[in-house]
Amino acid sequence: MIKNIFSIAMLFCAMAMLMGCAQTIPKEALELSQESFELRQLQTRSFDTSNEKKLLSAGAGVLQDLGFNIDESEMGLGVIVGSKDRDATEAGQVAGAVFMAVMFGANMAIDKNQKIMASLITHPSGKQTKLRITLQRIVWNTQGQVSKTQSITEPEIYQEFFDNLSKAVFLEANGI
Amino acid sequence: MKKIVCVLLLLTAVSLSACQTNSMNQVMEVSESQVQMRQIQTRAFDTTDYKKTLRTVIATLQDLGFVIDKADDDLGTISGTKLNGYSLRMTVVVRPKGKKQTSVRANATYNVTPVSDPQPYQQFFTALEKAMFLTAHEVD
Repeated sequence: MIKNIFSIAMLFCAMAMLMGCAQTIPKEALELSQESFELRQLQTRSFDTSNEKKLLSAGAGVLQDLGFNIDESEMGLGVIVGSKDRDATEAGQVAGAVFMAVMFGANMAIDKNQKIMASLITHPSGKQTKLRITLQRIVWNTQGQVSKTQSITEPEIYQEFFDNLSKAVFLEANGI
Repeated sequence: MKKIVCVLLLLTAVSLSACQTNSMNQVMEVSESQVQMRQIQTRAFDTTDYKKTLRTVIATLQDLGFVIDKADDDLGTISGTKLNGYSLRMTVVVRPKGKKQTSVRANATYNVTPVSDPQPYQQFFTALEKAMFLTAHEVD
């Protein structure tokens, strides 16, 4: 009995110490790494135009095509910020939750909603204009808790965005 | 046995003492001394190109994995968020300083805690220096 109480007390103490109250920032959070430069390449394209405004508005158009709402824009700095709220349910997780419910009667939280955020920045460089887009998302589960906060680094996603943008720029350049 | 329990309780009390008793106090809460924080968070660059500085700040934030949330050309403010299992929010304010310099002040919030450690700010300004091709001077 005493032993039990003792171990419970120890557990509580350990929990309290682990939780603490202050969180500290990871050492590498604001450090440039090799990965930063690879990401920059992935997220940037150069366009043969010195018309920054036109490129920026083409970018805004592509964001709208993809279902983003524009939250902020600042033409003077070449900034457009957009976001969209979408479903985040994944078949694999649903299957897992059903399995847990049937086997153990457990109610497992699965991903439900997500908010995807994009910032699109243009930057004049000589006769060209560079455009960089960065994407990230927050996912909430069925209990309303945040289950994921992540930057999107998948090359395919950026490739697809720039394919769309190239088409849009081409269409606008040709006045269609 | 009793001794061990006492020690554990004491340790718990110590670790909890970092916690607050009234969360309303956070409204006007400042971490560290204000003067010291300002020093850690501010650098001056030898340029009068205000706009270029703003654009370079945006590019540096993007390099560091941030998504820009807001940018204001007139006020010279940029805000961005980095999500990577955590949420790191930064606001950078760019202002002309005297006739020859531009000052840059950054402040960061990690999840719900203000960042007061000088090192992350130093890392940010090191990245910004490289992008600006200029030295960041400490300001007193």
